[in-house]
Amino acid sequence: MPADFNWAIGGEAGDGIDSTGKIFAQALSRAGRHVFTSKDFASRIRGGYTAYKVRTAVDPVQSVVDRLDVLIALTPRTIKENHDELHEGSVIIYDGERTTMENVEIPDGMVGLDVPLKRLAEEAGGAIMRNVVALGAACAVADFPIENLDSALEKRFGSKGQSLVENNKEAARSGRDYVGSEYHNEFDYSLETTDADYVLLNGDEAIGMGAIAAGCKFYAGYPITPATNVMEYLTGRIEQFGGHVLQAEDELSAINIALGAARAGARAMTATSGPGIDLMTETFGLIGTSETPLVIADVMRSGPSTGMPTKQEQGDLNMLLYGGHGEIPRFVVAPTTIAECFWKTVEAFNLAEKYQTPVYLAADLAMAVTERTFSPETFDMDDVEIERGKVVDESTIDQWQNEKSQFQPHALTDDGISPRAFPGTTGGAHMSTGLEHDELGRRTEDTDMRVEQVDKRTRKVETARREEDLTPRSFGSEDAPNLVISWGSNEGAMVEAMSILDERGIDVHFLSVPYLFPRYNLTEAIDEAETVIAVECNATGQFANVIEHDALSRVNRVNKYDGVRFKADELASKIEQTIDTASSAGTNEETETTEITQ
Amino acid sequence: MSSDVRFTDFKSDKQPTWCPGCGDFGTMNGMMKALANTGNNPDNTFIVAGIGCSGKIGTYMHSYALHGVHGRALPVGTGVKLANPELEVMVAGGDGDGYSIGAGHFVHAVRRNVDMSYIVMDNRIYGLTKGQASPTSREDFETSTTPEGPQQPPVNPLALALASGGTFIAQSFSTDAQRHAEIVQKAIEHDGFGFVNVFSPCVTFNDVDTYDYFRDSLVDVAESGHDPTDYDAAKGKILDAEKEYQGVLWQNESAVAYDQKHSITQDMSAVDSGAPDGAMDLVREFY
Repeated sequence: MPADFNWAIGGEAGDGIDSTGKIFAQALSRAGRHVFTSKDFASRIRGGYTAYKVRTAVDPVQSVVDRLDVLIALTPRTIKENHDELHEGSVIIYDGERTTMENVEIPDGMVGLDVPLKRLAEEAGGAIMRNVVALGAACAVADFPIENLDSALEKRFGSKGQSLVENNKEAARSGRDYVGSEYHNEFDYSLETTDADYVLLNGDEAIGMGAIAAGCKFYAGYPITPATNVMEYLTGRIEQFGGHVLQAEDELSAINIALGAARAGARAMTATSGPGIDLMTETFGLIGTSETPLVIADVMRSGPSTGMPTKQEQGDLNMLLYGGHGEIPRFVVAPTTIAECFWKTVEAFNLAEKYQTPVYLAADLAMAVTERTFSPETFDMDDVEIERGKVVDESTIDQWQNEKSQFQPHALTDDGISPRAFPGTTGGAHMSTGLEHDELGRRTEDTDMRVEQVDKRTRKVETARREEDLTPRSFGSEDAPNLVISWGSNEGAMVEAMSILDERGIDVHFLSVPYLFPRYNLTEAIDEAETVIAVECNATGQFANVIEHDALSRVNRVNKYDGVRFKADELASKIEQTIDTASSAGTNEETETTEITQ
Repeated sequence: MSSDVRFTDFKSDKQPTWCPGCGDFGTMNGMMKALANTGNNPDNTFIVAGIGCSGKIGTYMHSYALHGVHGRALPVGTGVKLANPELEVMVAGGDGDGYSIGAGHFVHAVRRNVDMSYIVMDNRIYGLTKGQASPTSREDFETSTTPEGPQQPPVNPLALALASGGTFIAQSFSTDAQRHAEIVQKAIEHDGFGFVNVFSPCVTFNDVDTYDYFRDSLVDVAESGHDPTDYDAAKGKILDAEKEYQGVLWQNESAVAYDQKHSITQDMSAVDSGAPDGAMDLVREFY
């Protein structure tokens, strides 16, 4: 029996796929099992193919794999779409009484369970519950006690009345019983439950929760897939902590509203995706040169232009590192897991205020819309520390005034960081501007002051390199001959790939890099490894280019840009293949680019 | 606020580089007077300035201020005000900033109705780039980029504001110092978005919409007993293409400002030393 169990429900958008999948994931989580979910979805409200996949095990799971054990197929296309992931003995639950599914062909070697989902749902109180009947059937196949579904059903339907909850419980049981009586529960699965308590959340929610934890009071945004969930999460919650969410007319406005809130002293943020970053880049230079702390989350999706809005990519790195005319000091911080979406958001606010710079939080779709279980202590709020940097008040402001008692918001300092006075502070009245300015924040074209201000802003980066711990997350032995470097959400798949590679006798050291600028110097690690591979979800190897530039050394590349995240088993094979090719070439001079496509 | 604040307290020690005779001098003086008259002082006032000649106003006034990106002054002001409603927020810009590159924000700032004021120095020309047509330039106004005139009707900013659900719509003339300051003061006092379009002539590049033109054609609505709370009367004057009006044309006194609707009353700049109380409940929601 495999240690993990892989389940999916697929159908058309509008079929309730998401909420059904979420109920099952929640039931597993509440039963003390680890869960990792993923979604296949299209940018449309109805129709098209959509699926919600759940991988579960007693041990932590942090990736998807190329395997499906049980599939609830509401449409024939669902079977086709998942054909490669289904295996000998996979169970396909479908409703043969549904017109489109009447003549559906179950692939050879797989088990088709024809369950009259709609009819059983009607008997339990309404056809709308057919997915819940399917969940009950899946529980029977997986030998997962149906009682575990109950609390998830309560959570989902409780606000709509107890009778609806009871009907759903009955629907689930009718699905279970049907499978029991017609198919005698002869399946090779048994989902063990434990006493562990887990929370189940996605990356967007983790970013939103991190913002509140960090004391963010103001969010301005414009809806865009896959970042909208950050805004939806904060709406209704941030108000309870004295904050506000504003939906702006566009991203140009959203970032300027957030900028205004930050000028007023509030911890402020916005979140968007690539097309929104394009627009926000207009204001990026102003944020940098007016030295305003602001957190901008880019939940990346497939580009360019409108690209594939519901598909994974890490294609915005160049823009985040270099976007905007002129030279703008910034932080680019990329969370590598859903939990890190929380912690890096907290840190982003500290960095923004400490250094008075814009901070890009580079998340990506694969973790933004994916849920994963964690122990609640992972998000221990007592560990949240707030650093506000050089904020001055009425008692200290005179230290930063000139001989005319004028406050100097851009005072030249050794560490590059100037004092900050919130509006309303007596004696602190000052302006700032996107024009080059003097220490008072007034326009200047004086050549000396220009150079001094540029140098001052640039010194912040040097200060950060000195003061911040930019060490990458390290997995495996540092002495391993093979070094894999990656960033963003690939971490989970890579960590699981390492176990697979280990079984195949391949020893890998993995560095998962969260700080993309300023960043840790990887030169030594690269020089010491025999084979170096950069793994990322884009076509041109944007991070590989950066580290080649830093280390003055060529690296091998594994790139994926078909819109689908890395899967652990697939990634392991590609790493193995790349190492083989590189070592047969015998030298690090000739490097390999491996592209993964479906 | 201390009553000894004088309007000159809002003046910085930086000398304006506007052309001698520029309407922006008078516009700025009126803004400073109105701010002082309403009990504000430089430390509780935030000026957001756009880009263009008018955008330089942030440098010439003394207050908290941000001179931002072309066309985006209103969003900045929105964020400042909502994050600290105790501040007096005044956004100032030109006709290009407000009605061309920032037209989208104008519409939405008007309908959002945040409690702040918006002063547009409308000279019907792009001055800082040396004389191109603006969105309020006349249809036949010849410029370097429109040799036969823009050949499109000018934007009617007051009508745009009215159609967007404006709650305070006024117009003034920079050189009529007393009336201008009075009208700006009313915009500040209005509980909501106080919008004033100020005729602020460009003496260098606009030889059509001059001081003489406005002096001759302006009709002050106060003299004809106009009731600014009478929507139909306001609409009639705002859509009247034959005349240029001065005064408060429309005021919806019963409208509730965005900040009040959302109960935003507190300065949001304070942050706890750790996660706020109750944050652990957010984690428990994910059980």
